[in-house]
Order: sequence, then structure tokens, then C-alpha cells
Amino acid sequence: MSRLRAFGAFWYDFVIGDDWLVAAGIVLGLAGTYGLHRAGVIAWWLLPLVLVVLLPLSLSRAVSGPLLPRRTRARRTPPASPRTPPTR
Amino acid sequence: MSAAASALFIAVFLACAVEAVEATTIVLAAGTARDWRSAGTGVGAALLVLGVIVAALGPAVSHIPLTALRVVVGALLLVFGLQWLRKAILRASGHKALHDEEKLYAEHLAEAKGQQARRSVLAPDWYGFTLAFKGVLLEGLEVVFIVLTFGANAKNVGLAAIAAGCATVLVACVGFAVKAPLARVPENMMKFVVGIMLTSFGVFWGGEGAGAHWPGSDAALLVIIPAIALFGIGLTAVLKRSVGGGGGSPAKLGQPTGQVAG
Repeated sequence: MSRLRAFGAFWYDFVIGDDWLVAAGIVLGLAGTYGLHRAGVIAWWLLPLVLVVLLPLSLSRAVSGPLLPRRTRARRTPPASPRTPPTR
Repeated sequence: MSAAASALFIAVFLACAVEAVEATTIVLAAGTARDWRSAGTGVGAALLVLGVIVAALGPAVSHIPLTALRVVVGALLLVFGLQWLRKAILRASGHKALHDEEKLYAEHLAEAKGQQARRSVLAPDWYGFTLAFKGVLLEGLEVVFIVLTFGANAKNVGLAAIAAGCATVLVACVGFAVKAPLARVPENMMKFVVGIMLTSFGVFWGGEGAGAHWPGSDAALLVIIPAIALFGIGLTAVLKRSVGGGGGSPAKLGQPTGQVAG
């Protein structure tokens, strides 16, 4: 059972990685592109738009909070150095 | 070589070079700390398993309809590309420690030295064998995935395989010539570039597979790649300011590994 769990964890880590939201957003973006195509609407713009939303969102989740509030927090409590491990 | 073929070669070469650096670090640690013959046997066994996987998957991939392949591969490239880009941006902006090959090498070395020797039929030292085998197999699987997906989508598996071969041989030769982890390689910069390439190809192929028609067809890649690069650089600058305001000095994208983290 533990081997099966480890096998599943390996593939989850390999495919999904650190942030499941990215994988979910990509699947939704591809589904939306297909939906627009089927509806006869120009669809190429949707995936770049998904990317523009998804990457900053994932980065802000990685630094534990929205980008702008993080900046103000960082000024109050500066990290010791770039060697500081990720905040997650 | 056409622009699309050049982009394919560069993307596969860089991605495989990063994987090869990681595999070389592990094999060097296994050979130095344990036994070179066992490490070599581990590498050989892993390459054999990878060969079987390529022989099984290669023809299967070529039988999948191109549209379906592009959706699946586009999605996977997007997931992998965004993971790499995200990590490279976090590292470049100082939110995450840089990948440090020297530190990883020292960790592998210490762990390998601490293990008791165990002989087996396959190798004089079982631990050295399995360490090298696992390292090469896991990193090699990623290389195989990159070659098959990029190559099949671009209908040029041969060129993708040549790029992967060049990268792997070059990194392995340099690694074994210096007999030390490749700490001077600007790994974060390479990961940033690979992240941009994987994401760009993922957007392009995923979109095409889902039915989108790109303006300018293949030439759209010449806009997508620099646009994503600029977006990544912009996000790095924004995140750097959030660290820089506090007095930290974030790493440059091209800074070699081992100079910041450790």
C-alpha cells in the first residue's frame, strides 16, 4: 500500500508539481479554447491570457500572499538574505 | 536550419543539458564516494532501461493522432514550463535559494560515504550502483519525455534526439574531465530559458491541438517566445523589488550555481 502511495506521489509530483492551480488552470484554458473553437469564435488569445493570469497568481501563492501586500510586508520585515529558504 | 528547427534544437538542448548536469552530479558522487565500476554499471543499466522505454514508447507516440498529441503534450509542456519558469523567477528574485550543485554533490557524497558496503552479482558496491542507476534513470526519463514530445510534435524526432545527445555528451564529458560538480553552469538562467521555451511551445501546440489557429501560423512562435520572456523578466523585476526593499540582494538570472545558495 505504501509503495502504491509512493508511486502515486511520484507521478503527482512529476506531472502536477508544486502548484495544482497551474495544472487546473491549464486544463480549463485548453477546454475553453476548444469550446471557443467549436462555437466558431477566434480562440488563439485564450491560452496567452490564461498564462498572464496564472503565472503571477502562482508566484504570489508561492511567496505567501498577493504581490502588492507582500511588498509592503517585505519592507517591514526584511528577509535576511537570498539564501533564506522559500516561505512555503 | 529553419527558425522552427533552430528553436526546437535550442529548447531540447538546454532542457536536456539541465537534466544532464543533475544526473552527472549524482554519478560523480556515487563514483567518488563508493566505487567507479559500480557507478558505471548503474549508468549502463539505467541507459539500458531507458533504451527499452524509448523502443516501447517511440513507435506508440508516432501512432497517436497529431491533434490529440498536441493537446496532451501542449498541456504537459505548459505545466512543466510554468513549473520551471516559476522556480527560476522565485530563485532569480531571491524568494528561493538557488539550486546548488556543489551543495547537492556534498550531500550525496556524505550520504554515500555513510552507507555500508554490500556486494551483489551486478556490482562490487550495491549502494553506488543504485545511486547512479536511480539518478540517471529519473533524469533520463525527463530527457526521453522532452525528446519524444518535442520531436513528435515538430515531426522531427531525429533532430530532438541529436540535440539531447549533444547536450548529454557535452555535460558528461565536461563533468568527468573536471571530476567535480558543474557548479559554474548558470543553471538558473538555463532553467529560465527552458521554462520560456517549454511554456511557449506548450501555448502554441496546446492551442493548435484545441482548435485555435495562430495568426501567422508557425511564425506566431517568434512573437510568443519573446513575449513570454519579457513577461517572465517583468515578474522577476516585480518580485525582486519586494525582496530588495528589505536589503537582500537577489541573484542575477545568469549567476552560476553555488555562488548564492549554500
